[in-house]
Amino acid sequence: MPDLTFDTLPDAEQQLATLAEQLRPHLTPDTALVGIYSGGAWVAERLKDILGISEAVGQIDVSFYRDDFAEKGLHPQVRPSNIPFEVEGRPLILVDDVLYTGRTTRAAINELFDYGRPARVELAVLADRGERELPIEPGYCVWEVDLGEGEELILGREESGRLFWKMGRNDRG
Amino acid sequence: MAELSVNAHMNPQLGANGKLQHLLSTEGLPLEVITHILDTAQSFLEVSDRDVKKVPLLRGKSVFNLFFENSTRTRTTFEIAAKRLSADVINLDVSRSSTAKGETLLDTIDNLCAMHADMFVVRHATSGAPFLIAEHLQRIGRDDIRVVNAGDGRHAHPTQGLLDMYTIRHYKKDFSQLTVAIVGDILHSRVARSDLHALKTLGCGEIRAIAPKTLLPGYLENLGVKVFHDMNEGLKDCDVVIMLRLQNERMNGALLPSVGEYFKRYGLTPEKLALAKPDAIVMHPGPMNRGVEIDSSVADGPQAVILNQVTFGIAVRMAVMGILAGN
Repeated sequence: MPDLTFDTLPDAEQQLATLAEQLRPHLTPDTALVGIYSGGAWVAERLKDILGISEAVGQIDVSFYRDDFAEKGLHPQVRPSNIPFEVEGRPLILVDDVLYTGRTTRAAINELFDYGRPARVELAVLADRGERELPIEPGYCVWEVDLGEGEELILGREESGRLFWKMGRNDRG
Repeated sequence: MAELSVNAHMNPQLGANGKLQHLLSTEGLPLEVITHILDTAQSFLEVSDRDVKKVPLLRGKSVFNLFFENSTRTRTTFEIAAKRLSADVINLDVSRSSTAKGETLLDTIDNLCAMHADMFVVRHATSGAPFLIAEHLQRIGRDDIRVVNAGDGRHAHPTQGLLDMYTIRHYKKDFSQLTVAIVGDILHSRVARSDLHALKTLGCGEIRAIAPKTLLPGYLENLGVKVFHDMNEGLKDCDVVIMLRLQNERMNGALLPSVGEYFKRYGLTPEKLALAKPDAIVMHPGPMNRGVEIDSSVADGPQAVILNQVTFGIAVRMAVMGILAGN
């Protein structure tokens, strides 16, 4: 794969449309979306509009459930989780922008279960960069991508709501 | 009671990296730290509304509640906060056990360190006791243990100060536009002191103290607090009114003519509250003395946010313990 630069990064909007079409045949009338802050929450919000889901989107911030709390402490910007619907017995689609080690997904699933017992939880992501550290796989994914060491894939959002990809450096090691 | 000597230039609350190590006082607490605590508390508030009112942040940690002075509400809210963070909570009623048998404060601490404590929540009648404990932990190489001051003498009650700030921010947003009055026994109140320092750091527009001369401390001038002896003048156009409990048990000597006289001049009645802004909120750290510093119709009225303060207090204490445990 060629080096990813601003010019070679794929169009996140197009990927969003593809992800929506993957999900569409599997939706049931009571399916609800839960986005992981912040990128996943943006993607979930857009998917809701594209798919015409009437239920409000849930958002979760997994800071209180992270397994690296002892090393890294509490995130400086924790946002309140907000699940505006009954979780008990409901099919849920957990949405994130980038899937990596799987630790965030693990934390999000744990958090969801503190709201109730969902009928089913599936995972939908725009990008999967591999290198999993837990047995977690996405049910829906548009882009499988390899990144170099220290490279980070970041989803950005313009004021208009349009989503785009950018590359960053992860210096946290 | 004698004040313990505390080196005022050293701020043992903050580690070398500027991160919060202990919470001992709102004095000297940087704005970023206060803001981080209040922002984090907002997220914890939501946790208490869930089916499972618990997050796993402090799983496996032991929090010791060390109350050398009686308190039900503060101890209970700390206990609830620690339990909602999944910590193991051990309540030691020290006033009735070891201390009564003659053990010194630091011997008690050494024993609890040997029991693998992770955090001490300390209330003590002597100002500076939590500082002393924090310094001691540093000295014996146990700086992994965190100390939270839950009220020391007349000195500080930082979590109450922070929950008061949370309450004000919840209802009023921008501190720079606000006039906040603290009314009553400011001299004996560690809550007032913690509030005043936090309000100053948060850039409160105007801070007022309303009390008889005999119940005012000397430090107000340095904080730029406007002093009033007449409630009718002091309450005019206030956005926030913080009532303090008349601390009967601290009243050594005749500082006041009578409780009845006090209520007449400094008790908050609907008539006096009408002088503040129409949307002013009324706060009280509890426990309230109805008919002494506050009229029942105000305490139960639409402008009182006193019970909301209690709810916010749990979220703020969760935030403080969560941040401390992670730093």
